[in-house]
Amino acid sequence: MTIKQTKKLANKQENTQKEATPTTTVGPPLWLLAELTYDCPLHCPYCSNPTELGDTEKELTTQEWCQVFTQAREMGAVQLGFSGGEPLLRKDLEVLVKHARELGFYTNLITSGIGLTEKRIAKLKVAGLDHIQISFQGADPEVNDAIAGRGNAYQQKFNMAKSVKAQGYPMVLNFVISKQNIAQIPEIMRLSCELEADYVELATAQYYGWAYTNRDHLLPSKEQLVESERLVNEFRDQQQGKGPHFIFVTPDYFETRPKACMNGWGTTFLTVTPDGSALPCHSAKMLPLTFPNVKDKSVSDIWQQDFSFDYFRGDDWMPQPCKGCDEKEKDFGGCRCQAYMMTGDMHKTDPVCSKSEDHHLIQQAIESATNPSKAIEKRINHTANKHGKDSSLNITRVKV
Amino acid sequence: MITSTTTPSLNAMFRLQWEKAQNCFVLLFPEGMVKLNGSAGEIMQLIDGEKTVQQITETLQNKFPEGGDLSNDVNEFITTAIEKKWLYNDH
Ligand code: SF4
Ligand code: SF4
Repeated sequence: MTIKQTKKLANKQENTQKEATPTTTVGPPLWLLAELTYDCPLHCPYCSNPTELGDTEKELTTQEWCQVFTQAREMGAVQLGFSGGEPLLRKDLEVLVKHARELGFYTNLITSGIGLTEKRIAKLKVAGLDHIQISFQGADPEVNDAIAGRGNAYQQKFNMAKSVKAQGYPMVLNFVISKQNIAQIPEIMRLSCELEADYVELATAQYYGWAYTNRDHLLPSKEQLVESERLVNEFRDQQQGKGPHFIFVTPDYFETRPKACMNGWGTTFLTVTPDGSALPCHSAKMLPLTFPNVKDKSVSDIWQQDFSFDYFRGDDWMPQPCKGCDEKEKDFGGCRCQAYMMTGDMHKTDPVCSKSEDHHLIQQAIESATNPSKAIEKRINHTANKHGKDSSLNITRVKV
Repeated sequence: MITSTTTPSLNAMFRLQWEKAQNCFVLLFPEGMVKLNGSAGEIMQLIDGEKTVQQITETLQNKFPEGGDLSNDVNEFITTAIEKKWLYNDH
């Protein structure tokens, strides 16, 4: 699971009509991200899942998920992402997709491709799945499988991407770009054309969860990024409107203004974690706030009344320099998780902002990435695995 | 360029749907949504890969007789929608 999916969604929203002026009532959670399980057969060092994964025994049941979908849809949610971990590990995925599709959701499967088969792709189609997104770690087996921490991952992904297109789905390919694979951008673009992807996200890792731990090994240099962007632009020019649509996402560490995180806290996105915690952003669990659980409260109570969902809405909570800043409507002061991780205070201005008194921390991180001082840590998976017998899941810590 | 005999069809990547909460038609696609204004929604509803631009215009003209000549609006929207790849342009 990579974090940028949800962070990017807002950019894809377009309007043919002017938005009504905002009223005091809260709009619906348009996007629901259902993290079905944190279990995953891969060990990506950029994974944005929490480094403490919790207990698979506490995962929501089929019925509990269906109820969440029904309640969210009633409020006006329209996009639903099935994510994780690896959502294919849930045997009831087809049942969940079918229920969601019948409710009128646009259903997105966000998968590593491991565990997919032609038969399952067909079954999901019958259930009503609208779109499949497959993540790749690199453009060839060597790079891909070294990053994913599993042999034959590349070949499996390649075959499944072919089958997804052959079975008529729209397909997004997602490449998390880091120091480890940034030199492969040209090969990645060629591979995407060969696989007939519709959209391709070349998204530099964002630094949450495991990615934060491994930041020094992931964060590319400014020069590498400039060169990559140039290559992507050059490729786009040659495409003449044909082939995949490439989306290049640079890391905010090299910006002077933060991203408008989650399109504004509690305005658009709702994440439900495997155990039923409801979050305004999928890394928010790290914050010193108590978040509600869908087992105890309805989605509408959570969205409209819960303290934590209201906490960073609007601008009353903002300290200076954000409070007096004329750009606060644009970026809402940036990412609360990033502020918390880097400064220890979740209210502070996102250090990415050049107006932040903590901006030097970003400069230090860039500097530190030129010379990593500790070894990379691969994501740890559950030792006792509920969903399968895959022996690679028993690896607890692999240093490379 | 589109002509009166152009037969637009919806790109399979998109799904057209009425959204009660938005009070408008929307186009849904991987992880995204486009909200359509009233006239765009009326036009999109008629696009089925069989009707020509002229037939679409006539249907709307009959539905909204007070609307004056709609052909420019229809042509303009369909042209934009083809540019945005929401629609295919099958002659
Ligand atoms: S280990 Fe890799 S594939 Fe698995 S959830 Fe994390 S990022 Fe996704
Ligand atoms: S000071 Fe705050 S509101 Fe102003 S640009 Fe920086 S992060 Fe945004």
